[in-house]
Amino acid sequence: MSYLDYGTGSRIADSKAPQGPIAERWDRRRFTAKLVNPANRRKHTVIVVGTGLAGASAGATLAEQGYRVLQFCYQDSPRRAHSIAAQGGINAAKNYRNDGDSVHRLFYDTVKGGDFRARESNVHRLAEISVQIIDQCVAQGVPFAREYGGLLDTRSFGGVQVSRTFYARGQTGQQLLLGAYQALSRQIAAGTVEMHPRTEMLDLVVVDGRARGIVARDLVSGEIGTYMADAVVLASGGYGNVFYLSTNAMNSNATAVWRAHRRGAYFANPCFTQIHPTCIPRTGTHQSKLTLMSESLRNDGRIWVPKKAGDPRAAVDIPEDERDYYLERIYPSFGNLVPRDIASRAAKNVCDEGRGVGPGGQGVYLDFADAIARLGRDKVAEQYGNLFEMYERITAENPYEVPMRIYPAVHYTMGGLWVDYDLQTTVPGLFAIGEANFSDHGANRLGASALMQGLADGYFVLPATVNDYLAGAPAVGDADASHPAAVAALDETRERLARLLAVQGDRTPDSFHREIGELMWEYCGMARTEVGLRKALQRIPEIRAEFWRRIKVPGTGAEFNQALEKANRVVDYLELAELMCLDALHRSESCGGHFREESRTPEGEAERKDDEFSYAAAWEFTAPGQAPLLHKEDLVFEYVHPTRRSYT
Amino acid sequence: MSWTSCGWPPYGRRMALATRDRRPPTVRTLWDSSVGKKTVMAVTGLIMLGYLVAHMAGNLKIFFGADEFNGYAHWLRHLGAPVLHSHWALWIVRVGLVVSVVLHGVCAFQLSRRDIKARPVRYAHTKARTSYATRTMRWGGVILALFVVWHLLDLTTLTVNENAQAGHPYENVVATFSTWYGNVVYIVAMLALGLHIRHGFWSAAQTLGVGSAARARLLKGAANLLAAGLTIGFISVPVAVMTGVVN
Amino acid sequence: MKLTLRVWRQKNADAPGAMAAYEVDGVSPDMSFLEMLDTLNEDLIVQGEDPVAFDHDCREGICGACSLVINGDAHGPERTTACQLHMRSFRDGDTIDVEPWRAAAFPVVRDLVVDRTALDRIIQSGGYVTAPTGSAPDAHAVAVPKPDADHAFVHAECIGCGACVAACPNGSASLFTAAKVNHLNVLPQGAPERESRVLDMVAQMDAEGFGGCTLAGECATACPKGIPLQAITTMNKEWLRAARTSKR
Ligand SMILES: Cc1cc2nc3c(=O)[nH]c(=O)nc-3n(C[C@H](O)[C@H](O)[C@H](O)COP(=O)(O)OP(=O)(O)OC[C@H]3O[C@@H](n4cnc5c(N)ncnc54)[C@H](O)[C@@H]3O)c2cc1C
Ligand code: HEM
Ligand code: FES
Repeated sequence: MSYLDYGTGSRIADSKAPQGPIAERWDRRRFTAKLVNPANRRKHTVIVVGTGLAGASAGATLAEQGYRVLQFCYQDSPRRAHSIAAQGGINAAKNYRNDGDSVHRLFYDTVKGGDFRARESNVHRLAEISVQIIDQCVAQGVPFAREYGGLLDTRSFGGVQVSRTFYARGQTGQQLLLGAYQALSRQIAAGTVEMHPRTEMLDLVVVDGRARGIVARDLVSGEIGTYMADAVVLASGGYGNVFYLSTNAMNSNATAVWRAHRRGAYFANPCFTQIHPTCIPRTGTHQSKLTLMSESLRNDGRIWVPKKAGDPRAAVDIPEDERDYYLERIYPSFGNLVPRDIASRAAKNVCDEGRGVGPGGQGVYLDFADAIARLGRDKVAEQYGNLFEMYERITAENPYEVPMRIYPAVHYTMGGLWVDYDLQTTVPGLFAIGEANFSDHGANRLGASALMQGLADGYFVLPATVNDYLAGAPAVGDADASHPAAVAALDETRERLARLLAVQGDRTPDSFHREIGELMWEYCGMARTEVGLRKALQRIPEIRAEFWRRIKVPGTGAEFNQALEKANRVVDYLELAELMCLDALHRSESCGGHFREESRTPEGEAERKDDEFSYAAAWEFTAPGQAPLLHKEDLVFEYVHPTRRSYT
Repeated sequence: MSWTSCGWPPYGRRMALATRDRRPPTVRTLWDSSVGKKTVMAVTGLIMLGYLVAHMAGNLKIFFGADEFNGYAHWLRHLGAPVLHSHWALWIVRVGLVVSVVLHGVCAFQLSRRDIKARPVRYAHTKARTSYATRTMRWGGVILALFVVWHLLDLTTLTVNENAQAGHPYENVVATFSTWYGNVVYIVAMLALGLHIRHGFWSAAQTLGVGSAARARLLKGAANLLAAGLTIGFISVPVAVMTGVVN
Repeated sequence: MKLTLRVWRQKNADAPGAMAAYEVDGVSPDMSFLEMLDTLNEDLIVQGEDPVAFDHDCREGICGACSLVINGDAHGPERTTACQLHMRSFRDGDTIDVEPWRAAAFPVVRDLVVDRTALDRIIQSGGYVTAPTGSAPDAHAVAVPKPDADHAFVHAECIGCGACVAACPNGSASLFTAAKVNHLNVLPQGAPERESRVLDMVAQMDAEGFGGCTLAGECATACPKGIPLQAITTMNKEWLRAARTSKR
């Protein structure tokens, strides 16, 4: 049976979602959730994989509540999780500006921004909690930008018309993460969190249908071991690195979620990938990653290309009336602040017309000349100085004098492990939070919402729902590291690594990563077609077969071996890529970041097909190389009625 | 029951919490901490510096002849009279100075040892660096320590001063600076002193937390002025003896 | 460009290490320093040799993972991280020395990778505000004067890379520790733990085997984020204040 002949399984429903008025649902759920007696919490161990915003906040909070936490990250320090790189800001419905913002508006914007492919209940909860997040972070000493009066400053992000984004210059993610990392550090010192840095999760241990532990490799000694617990939380981030070039950190990976998927957790909407419009264009084949220029730049920068295709003149030599400020032209009410999917596609369109700028015509201008004239260079420097510096460092061009060149790049994955309202996956006891789950952003994430979601999940949602699970979970001690399921998972992992080391072929892990990445960008990137996706689905198994024939990993498994780490991650990309393409192929509508050439309006915008595709696609793993099973979770919209997203 | 198939790495378990349970007395806190020891050095250094300023001013009296200089030396011994018995004030100062020198030296030794231990491996790619300050402070300090000993043996106990006569400081000074080695030792030590104070004064300001961006120029200027003033002031005496201005 | 690299190779913490020379050809000036190392590693792997191990992750100069001493300078000749250093800073034919961070508190893990968990333990000893989740008042309950907020931010920018330690002739972590003390102690939220924070963090810094500060100033010169040397002065002041006033 071919991989493309996937079966359709039973529909799934979010069994935990409370009913009633949307604004009361989270309260109700919290009230009905069972509690664990504080004295008993010490007896429960929770594994948290990841120390990004989601993981660090969850680990710290669970430990504060009295649980024993085992926490893991692959970096040498929990502070280096990829969240550190987030630049622009974090949304919250504080309405400090008195500009008409509210919980309901944030909820509305997010559901609409997600192109009506997210769950209403989840998004509303996110909007409610957003307010508490800012309070929590300020109490931790996060140095948000402030006005002269000493109160918090905000700015606007794409897809919204209010100013609700809190920020710390261009380093918001860093500051929020350090806040969470410091809270986590306090618990590490108190002995309630056992932190395992440089330790990578390689498999999930499922005992009697429940998640009871993980298999992980100590990256320094190479030792592979099992760690047991009463619940496992995956906060391992997104899988954008399937594309090789992305704005993700180099070692961000899909291993934790993919291995969990193989052990029974459904993977939802894998094809929903966000392509960020403002990244620095690539310069050559040596390129190892792409650098994001924060969306906040679109507050003051104006995007344009020459009106004439193939215009050879330098930007400064092109007179005003020969420039096409295409976003302002096509979307007058949102202008340069349209959502990311729309801005990215528009950039691709003008470049496809031959009007792109820079080497290879793969770029558009992001121009600050007007902002500098209006605000003065100092004010611009204060807001964006570090971004300008970074741009200059990479391109050797000074953005105060010549416009930046930008081009879209893979940035975020809205898809992820399917979770219910409690953030629990289809494997009882296995939770997924942050970018690792699929829950809140539908088919497109609005800027500054990932940080909000990661912290909402970690600080506020998960601690409540884990309580509920543990209150009913089997007692400690009935599954230890010698349990047959744990031993089997350990052995399988050892075998996998041994196989990688044994091939001794002639191609490096990176060469395969690059190959699969290019294929994905070509066929499963900004614009997707049935023909292209079918081609990709044919190529992927071939690449995979070649991988297992020709991969070369020097050294041994019993040492610090970065090539082995990399090769093992590529193994999972080669499998996940296939599922992403299949998901993209099956969803023959366009929605948000998923753009199918076949499904567009006469104006060329994405066209949703609500009657066919108003569901989350949750895929069940069957067997290696075998077609998966599709489970549909129907999406019901009671408060925000699906309309064609219009930003004109 | 085993939780894991491997042991715990010692990642988060080596806390040296000074305050968590009970805070030790302030003196203990000072002595146990690198910042505290540095503070001791700064305070003792400044005490010695203050003394040196007075000492130099006194030395310059040599330009007004033997009577005035010996008179000043005599007055020193009776400083504080009639409240204090003769020599008491001088002894108080001496004890203060000895305590300062010892504390300063012990802290310098201990901190330097800690610093050297903290950087056991050098870079293969070496470069001339501004750690010049660090190097000269340590060697300069050692030179000063040796000098202090020699200086005391020379002019206080008169042990090494061949032509010395007790009670005749002016003549003893002239005797010292009439030998080539007397001059060399003294002048080298005073140059070392200048360098030591130049970095030391500024450093002490930072250690005591009084430095700031706004005061940086002021402090550096003061350090340079003090260093130059003391060096020139002290060296002027042997130079005067050598050139015959004082004899 | 064609370059000669001399790289520190050391199999593990206990093995002896040495500099080894490699030729790298076809280097583009647009490459970052790490991308240049990537090309070297690709060649080494194909030849069946162990690639050069080095820490890196974000490659945007913010995670603090990369940690190379390049020609004797922590992060190389420009004021930035090694991952943001581009090959246009070098010339064809150059010989470049690449070494790991050197400090007793940073044992070598492999090649250019060192163990920096000592920095984490300094934070664990007091580099936080005790604010359990859910206990926070409204964010606008306390206004923070902008100069204080800016002071906090400038010091909160520290990425914890350890370049200050690597550059310091005494292997001191004073700038790192001072950055966090400055960040939190200036804020009203950090005030209640102001004394214990600075005392505990300095004590932990000492316990980890870092050297003391002699104000050589190398740390601030090497810091990719420009944390000012003045931070240490302020930390000393905070420490003295705490040592003097803090309750037993
Ligand atoms: C350049 C950039 C800028 C961004 N800017 C913004 C912004 O301005 N606003 C916004 O809202 N969002 C932004 N985002 C998105 C946002 O940063 C991320 O979605 C979010 O930080 C993800 O957090 P997380 O906690 O889920 O995962 P991450 O921060 O990615 O953390 C993953 C953690 O899991 C660990 N891990 C992963 N795999 C394993 C494994 N197998 N074993 C052990 N540990 C593992 C890692 O060590 C790490 O600790 C940005 C993203 C990028 C790339
Ligand atoms: C006993 C001989 C001496 C030794 C061994 C010695 C050594 C040192 C050393 C190693 C330092 C640390 C410098 C640094 O920051 O790198 C220092 C600082 C200093 N020394 Fe000395 N020194 C000696 C004598 C003196 C004298 C005679 C004076 C008086 C003028 C003096 C004044 C200072 C001052 C003011 C400091 C600065 C303290 C600080 O860093 O906060 N020292 N000394
Ligand atoms: S790799 Fe993140 S700072 Fe260099």
